[in-house]
Amino acid sequence: MAEIIRLLVIDDELPIRRFLRASLDPKEYELLEAENGAEGIRITAKSNPAVVLLDLGLPDMDGVEVARSLREWTQVPIIVLSARGQEQDKIDALDAGADDYLTKPFGVGELVARIRVALRHSGRSADDPPDPVFEAGGLRVDLALRQVWRDGTEIHLTPIEYKLLALLIRHAGKVLTHKQLLTEVWGPAYEIETHYLRVYMGQLRHKLEATPAEPRYLTTEPGVGYRLRTE
Amino acid sequence: MVRGERPDPDALLESLRSEEERERQGKLKVFLGASAGVGKTFAMLSEAQEQLRRGTDVVVGIVETHKRKETEALFEGLEVLPLRRLEYKSVELREFDIDAALARRPQLILVDELAHTNIPDSRHAKRWQDIEELLREGISVYTAVNIQHLASLNDVVAQITGVQVREMVPDAFLERADEIEVVDLPPDELIQRLRDGKVYVPDRIEHALEGFFRKGNLIALRELALRRAADRVDAQMQTYRTEQGVQGLWATRERILVCVAPNDLGARVVRAATRIGASSHAEMLAVFVESDRQSSRSPEDQDRARAALDLAESLGMHTVTLKGHDIAGEVVRYAEQRNATMIIVGKPVKERWREMFYGSVVDEIVRRSGNIDVHVITAEAPPNRPRTSQVFLERGHLSGYLFTIAVTGLATGICALLYRRLELTNLIMIYLLGVTVVASRWGPREAILASVLSVVSFDVMFVPPRGTLAVSDSQYLLTFAVMLVVALLISSLALRLKREARLSTERERRTASLYTLSREMARSRSKREIAEVAAKEIREVFEADVAILISGDAKPIAPSLSGIEHDPSEAAVVAWTLQHNEEAGLGTDTLPGSKGLYLPLCGTSGALGVIAIYPKPGAWPMPPAQKNLLETFSNGLGLALERTLLAKEFHQARVQTESERMRNALLSSISHDLRTPLTSISGAASALRDGKGDARELSDTIYHESVRLNLQVQNLLDMTRLQSGNVQPRLEWNSLEEIVGNALSRSRELLEGREVKVEIARDLPLVRVDGELIEKVVANLLENVANHTPAGTGIDIAARVQSEVIVLDVADHGSGIARDQQVTIFERFFRTDDRPSSTGFGLGLAIGRAIMRLHEGRIWVENRREGTGAVFHVEIPKLKPPEVPRG
Repeated sequence: MAEIIRLLVIDDELPIRRFLRASLDPKEYELLEAENGAEGIRITAKSNPAVVLLDLGLPDMDGVEVARSLREWTQVPIIVLSARGQEQDKIDALDAGADDYLTKPFGVGELVARIRVALRHSGRSADDPPDPVFEAGGLRVDLALRQVWRDGTEIHLTPIEYKLLALLIRHAGKVLTHKQLLTEVWGPAYEIETHYLRVYMGQLRHKLEATPAEPRYLTTEPGVGYRLRTE
Repeated sequence: MVRGERPDPDALLESLRSEEERERQGKLKVFLGASAGVGKTFAMLSEAQEQLRRGTDVVVGIVETHKRKETEALFEGLEVLPLRRLEYKSVELREFDIDAALARRPQLILVDELAHTNIPDSRHAKRWQDIEELLREGISVYTAVNIQHLASLNDVVAQITGVQVREMVPDAFLERADEIEVVDLPPDELIQRLRDGKVYVPDRIEHALEGFFRKGNLIALRELALRRAADRVDAQMQTYRTEQGVQGLWATRERILVCVAPNDLGARVVRAATRIGASSHAEMLAVFVESDRQSSRSPEDQDRARAALDLAESLGMHTVTLKGHDIAGEVVRYAEQRNATMIIVGKPVKERWREMFYGSVVDEIVRRSGNIDVHVITAEAPPNRPRTSQVFLERGHLSGYLFTIAVTGLATGICALLYRRLELTNLIMIYLLGVTVVASRWGPREAILASVLSVVSFDVMFVPPRGTLAVSDSQYLLTFAVMLVVALLISSLALRLKREARLSTERERRTASLYTLSREMARSRSKREIAEVAAKEIREVFEADVAILISGDAKPIAPSLSGIEHDPSEAAVVAWTLQHNEEAGLGTDTLPGSKGLYLPLCGTSGALGVIAIYPKPGAWPMPPAQKNLLETFSNGLGLALERTLLAKEFHQARVQTESERMRNALLSSISHDLRTPLTSISGAASALRDGKGDARELSDTIYHESVRLNLQVQNLLDMTRLQSGNVQPRLEWNSLEEIVGNALSRSRELLEGREVKVEIARDLPLVRVDGELIEKVVANLLENVANHTPAGTGIDIAARVQSEVIVLDVADHGSGIARDQQVTIFERFFRTDDRPSSTGFGLGLAIGRAIMRLHEGRIWVENRREGTGAVFHVEIPKLKPPEVPRG
């Protein structure tokens, strides 16, 4: 019997909160609700939720602001909820420390998957050595040996391609913004050279994906960044 | 009813219009007196008291009582507006405060001394202009004036009394008065009043009685005043007849041509003509002929001509400037052209020899006028002007003299060489050649000098006895005389040629600049372009700083180089010009103290804007020709601006109709397309709540319908954003493969059960686009295919490089698109009739087209060449992508 996961949703829209309350199984999740940013911060401090679901359009303060002030004292995973067309807000929230985002309207399945990814990353402390071998479908990557296989065949990657893939694997399931990827792989001076990513992600897909135009693992988050899907 | 008795509809319309205009304006009552002291102010105040009793809101704007007790008593109960106090040359002055009057806005205001000249920094130069503004604002005015101040009587009064009155009121202003009350006092009584000290303070009485207030003067002035009032009664009778349609009495309208000469007679002729014209109600045309003769005249003469034309205009005449060498000919030709019945011309007193030599314009006109009457106004005394010869000799250059001496020396040298071989008479030819050269290069003074020098050197050098001025053969005296005359004639001819050349260059330059301006303005599309073109042209032609301002715009559309128009006092002149649609500023009657001249840009409904001209110091006043040209410029500019405004209005009207149509289509779409999924959702949800039906199927319905609803709302939002025109594509280097992938994953559910083939070359270059927008284009194409082709049919997506572009094809296996719909399919709210319920708003393709336009790309559709189905092409410009480091 798994323990009950405590979630906090910060959203002023009653229908959204009601939808979450109705769709999340109370045997698995306990849902705390906050109607505005200030209340959300207070409840986070008091009740220590495992994951925070944060709406970006709050009545009292900017959602990005909430994420930033939470990050000042807690590493609780934050999943941002926002509408399509607010890509810049999403990027701002992610850069401010949010872990992931979900575009409205979303299904419960998607939400639960994101919560699980977030919990997995937060459950592992930064000092823990990552799993030396990553496997998803036909893709297998040995991080210790720096070897990559697709359906049993070893694939040769250039150093940059490998660096990019390894970074995505370390944050598997989580979205990484263009800026985060460029800074990690090429360095802070290259954080706006998005076309590097377009080219190398294309190369990786052609090497690793069965249908590069419809990638299964190396997915695009339009306008935001990339994500390595694990399921 | 007999036709001929019916009033002319145009005339009637005009009278109705002016009637209407008058209704809106305030009423003007003028108390007219023969001289000071007849009791105008008293009469005016008594009348004001009467009005006050009747309940009219009366205030006193300015009334000078000259400390007369009976008059001061009449102030009782009347509100008096405070005067404007200001310091001018360290003297405190008081002036009527027009702004206070406009702010107070009484029904009736008393403003005495109609002919008063305002102190320099006032809004208007003259008080009658203040009154005009008050009337325009709907405030009625009582005012008083003496007959000697009437512009057209100015000369008569000067002749009678020997006193030149400087303050004048245009006759037209008096004529527009709704009521004129002559305040009459027999001369004897007036003299008695003067002696009693009721008019002036006692110590000045005797002086006054000997001067202006001589009994003879008073009688004559009284007669003038009474006659003027009688004329007015006639005029009113005439108006009445017009309105009543008494047409039989109408005489053909007289048209009088007034020749304005560039001398001090000009103004006199204009005033006399007004008097003559007033009694016959003739149309007056003031004509000034600008010829090469004039252009050599002194600047003072030019000023006088301009002043005379201005006066003519203020007296209600039309003014025309003609150009030509033959003044009399131009005048007569124009008179014939305009069917003038009379020509009025001034006859200056000239020295007799000049008249004989040059002929007289007046005589010419009389001789050639045919059946047109000519009325000659004669000057009283020889005009006191500098003699022509003085003007003639004013100019001269040292280098000119040196040149002359050199040329004469050269001629002498050549003659010395040829002396032995040629006759003396032929040597003269060489000297004449020298004179011609000098005359053609320099002015008359140099030419005369050359002539004299030539004669002297010829005499000294070659005429025996050589070396002296003495002449042995007296026939050489004749040679000298002829030589001098010929030299002078040549120089005068050369001079005239030069002058004509200069005139024609000037004219050419004007024509050229006008032509450039109109051509440029015709080519310009926007207000701003037009204004900038005009400002540039005016700046060049007039060598002055220029600003152009448009009514309603905070900033000048074409700012001046100095930015002087932002100066608050200059801005006030701009505002005034706009409001009144009249010129103002430098050189005009309104706010002449400002730094610039402001001309309104006239449109059909008031001033559209203002041209502000700031001449360089010293370049003012402007010659009349330039002022005319400027007015032509401003008229042209006004028309051009109006044209763009009309075009804009037309465009707006069209946009409005279009958006009206859009709105209707949108509303009907919304009601249908949003309600359909909502009905399914709420129906399914209520079934679920009541525990009826198959829960799985119901929730599927809810899910799919809401996805559809979401798509449609998204499309509506996209279209609205794109429509508003403020979507700036965020251009970045993108991979087309990635974009297609995103679109596919977004449309996954819509495309369920369809085989999608994607063929994108691995080395397809990156494209510079807004990734999200292009993704939307592709997604909308996929949605369109999903909605319009049978379930289960496949989709082929391919991208290829085609010379300068990259083309993405989305091809389906449906029935294709009829030829006549291949363009309209991209219109908003277009739907095919096949499946009306499932097509959404018909916005998807329109959004696609709007996005491709933003990218300077294209989107179009054609049918497959082999098999059936439609192929949508999306074309994106191909650019060279930046380098990406390998590794």
